[in-house]
Amino acid sequence: MELRVNGQTYEVDVEEDMPLLWVLRDELGLTGTKYGCGIAQCGACTVHLDGMAVRSCQTWAADAAGAEITTIEGLGTPEAPHPVQAAWIETQVAQCGYCQPGQIMQAASFLRDVPEPSDQDIDNAMGGNLCRCATYPRLRAAVRMAAARLREG
Amino acid sequence: MASIGKIARRSFLVGTVAVAGGVAFGYWRYRTPYPNPLEPGEGAAVLNPWVVVDSDGVTLITPRADKGQGAVQVQAALLAEELDVDPGEVRTAFGPPAPVYYNSVVASEGMPVAATDDGIIARLMREGVSDAAAKLLGMQVTGGSTTVPDAYEKLRRAGAVARETLKRAAAARTGADVADLRTEAGRVILPDGTALPYADLAAEAAEVEAPDFVALRDPAEWRILGQPVQRLDMAAKCTGTQDFGIDHRQEGLLHATVRTHPGWGDSVTSIDSRAAEGMRGVERVVQITGGVGVIADNTWRAMRAAEAVQIDWGPSPIAESSDAMWEGFAGSFTEDRRDSRFKDEGDVEAALAGAEVMEAEYRVPFLAHAPLEPMNATVQVSGDRVDVWTGTQIPRFLQANVAEVVGVDPEQVHVHNTMIGGSFGHRLEDLHVRQAAEVAMRVPGRPVKMTWSREEDMAHDFPRTMQLARMRGAVRDGRVEAYDLSIAAHSTFASQGPRWGVPAAGPDIAIVAGAWDQPFAIPNYRVTGYRVPGGVPVSSWRSVGASGNGFLHDGFLDELIHAAGADPLEERLRLCWHAPSRRVLEAVGEMCGWDGPRMGEGRGRGVAYCLSFGVPTAEVVEVTATEDGIRIDAVYVAAEVGRVLDPVNVEAQMTGGALFGLGHAMFSELTFAGHQVEQRNYDLYETLRLPQVPKVIEARALETTDEIRGIGEPPVPPAAPALANAIFAATGERLREMPFAKAVRFV
Repeated sequence: MELRVNGQTYEVDVEEDMPLLWVLRDELGLTGTKYGCGIAQCGACTVHLDGMAVRSCQTWAADAAGAEITTIEGLGTPEAPHPVQAAWIETQVAQCGYCQPGQIMQAASFLRDVPEPSDQDIDNAMGGNLCRCATYPRLRAAVRMAAARLREG
Repeated sequence: MASIGKIARRSFLVGTVAVAGGVAFGYWRYRTPYPNPLEPGEGAAVLNPWVVVDSDGVTLITPRADKGQGAVQVQAALLAEELDVDPGEVRTAFGPPAPVYYNSVVASEGMPVAATDDGIIARLMREGVSDAAAKLLGMQVTGGSTTVPDAYEKLRRAGAVARETLKRAAAARTGADVADLRTEAGRVILPDGTALPYADLAAEAAEVEAPDFVALRDPAEWRILGQPVQRLDMAAKCTGTQDFGIDHRQEGLLHATVRTHPGWGDSVTSIDSRAAEGMRGVERVVQITGGVGVIADNTWRAMRAAEAVQIDWGPSPIAESSDAMWEGFAGSFTEDRRDSRFKDEGDVEAALAGAEVMEAEYRVPFLAHAPLEPMNATVQVSGDRVDVWTGTQIPRFLQANVAEVVGVDPEQVHVHNTMIGGSFGHRLEDLHVRQAAEVAMRVPGRPVKMTWSREEDMAHDFPRTMQLARMRGAVRDGRVEAYDLSIAAHSTFASQGPRWGVPAAGPDIAIVAGAWDQPFAIPNYRVTGYRVPGGVPVSSWRSVGASGNGFLHDGFLDELIHAAGADPLEERLRLCWHAPSRRVLEAVGEMCGWDGPRMGEGRGRGVAYCLSFGVPTAEVVEVTATEDGIRIDAVYVAAEVGRVLDPVNVEAQMTGGALFGLGHAMFSELTFAGHQVEQRNYDLYETLRLPQVPKVIEARALETTDEIRGIGEPPVPPAAPALANAIFAATGERLREMPFAKAVRFV
């Protein structure tokens, strides 16, 4: 089947029900998207399908075909980070960093839908993304910083 | 203090991990320096085991593992400070397993010497015996919050010696006097202002003799250490470009997973892998110790096939259920299971005999480390060479263990350490690496990346031991008069030591750490450890023994203080004889504006204190009892670290550590049924999520002593008791069992 990932088209030969997570990681070598739980409980595997945050461990490859898939690698780069990534870097959110690609993808999608979030909105939107290092206070600050930056354009 | 004499005498009765191994080797071997394991490439200079310069520039070797605590950053900063390079402009590498990278501080945590004891024998034990034991055992270990204290002088000196060697090379080339040269930003500056990049001097520096001794710079001259800096790995970790072990890629890589005995047994009675072998992408299904490995062309295909293997497990060596385990713990307060009584002051029995005795029983559950990156390792067995790519805190033990599995010498096992996606102690274990080696042996020459499913990971987490504690105490005239604390637990060292190949003899400090060594002058004061034999294999979990003992010790202390009618903060201050500890209590009181535990209707404040890893740490938690449950409003943390090397990271460790402690106290436990862990994923193993994180969390690191300490673990132990004490202040309900969510609801 054909997948559109970060603006590129890939032909992959996988089962329809192979989770998109494992297509990205093991078939395409896009390892920025992380495996944490496999049951949509941790959020480390979050990617965008047509801009919407989804858990790639629960998304069949066949269901992602036809959509514009964006992974953390496609959101921005160290040289040209997305505003959410820039806020994360400036706030120095990451400790081990393993959950952060998923956190950032979740935040980027959420802030597009809710540009002026309340604290409660942030807690609700990010509550499904686990961080075992408990970087939560800086994560909250980074979401607020990113929201402000995105509003300013 | 009365306690010092007793501690000093007991110090001779040493008996944990390190010391037992040290005696056999003798002094001569301790004095012999270990060789430098680094072999220079063409045109490169290995200036010492930590600094390599070649024509491309400088590489700093940072042998301590980085599981998110910022170990690479601080090691690079210590080296760079004296070497005069910008840490952002050089490469770092973890380096190979080698005894020269032994951790001279790590063994001291196993010794029955209180951190507050600065008598000569205590110092000898900590600085001499501990160093000797760790050196003799070649303990290249990351743990015990020791990276900073171990590296503090060692790495600055390595940087300084490398700098002076480069200056000598420049002097030899130019004929200038070394004394007239200076260094700056990776270059030697000649008297006329000409700058010679270190890279250009590499070949000559390799031929120059390094100076024996270089004085270290005064901290007042530091440019990097002590300043807020941008962490080297931050941009990579926020853009998906940081590779962890699980991301290892190489030509011809095969993917694999394993399924092994879920009840810690090592045998199977039958395996039917026919269905799995026919599944798409499956290359091999192989039997390994205690189960099977599946090799495939994709991790998901391997995991799906592993589930399709029909396995009848052999017997489990552990008790059937948590209830049975608690029974075993309850029956362990006996003379023959008594492990230690390092604290025994006054006359507890006499003091209690004539008093109204308060009694309590506290429980602490098994806890999984459950870092977000599941355990994984890539292994390639090619003839007489074995390569291992994995993130590990124990590279030398792992090297020896893999060598044993494969049947080669340790020197033939090449360990390539990687960045780690969280550990909390799990990477002090290497079962997954041994399994990966067993699997990879079946496909010689092919690299195999073995990844545990989350379910496999939770089943084999080597959890933190559960604990059962019994307390008795008495108060008199508004003061705490007697405190008798008995703790039953599995021995972490006895379980973990053999897996490391390290002898574990004598009492296990971990059973009572964070309890026996607290600097309180209670007139009649006793702490006894009881060892519960056998059971679930357990290991070090962030802050190890103190992780539970902080709650046990401070929780009941709070009960006694309440019974005495005293103020929780004032009474702790009155009882505490250790000045740095009093300062952190005072700091946290000031931070929260302490004016007593009650803050109005339905609101309460709890203070707790624990000394662990030499770091006195005090925390205050403020809560509100709302209609929807308990809400944590604010957390304040103060700790004495001697000197802050990286303020941004210290703040992250202090807030993260406190929240880690709170989250587990609120929600987390591992329970057993049918000999197996019941919580096999994050849906059942609940931990802290953003909505429960307080809006206010403040950390203050004090620098009032000359004992430099690590801060990764000490913020964990006081979190649980501070929360329990706050909930008591708000609701009158005393929580004596973790997780607290069993008794109260949280917002």
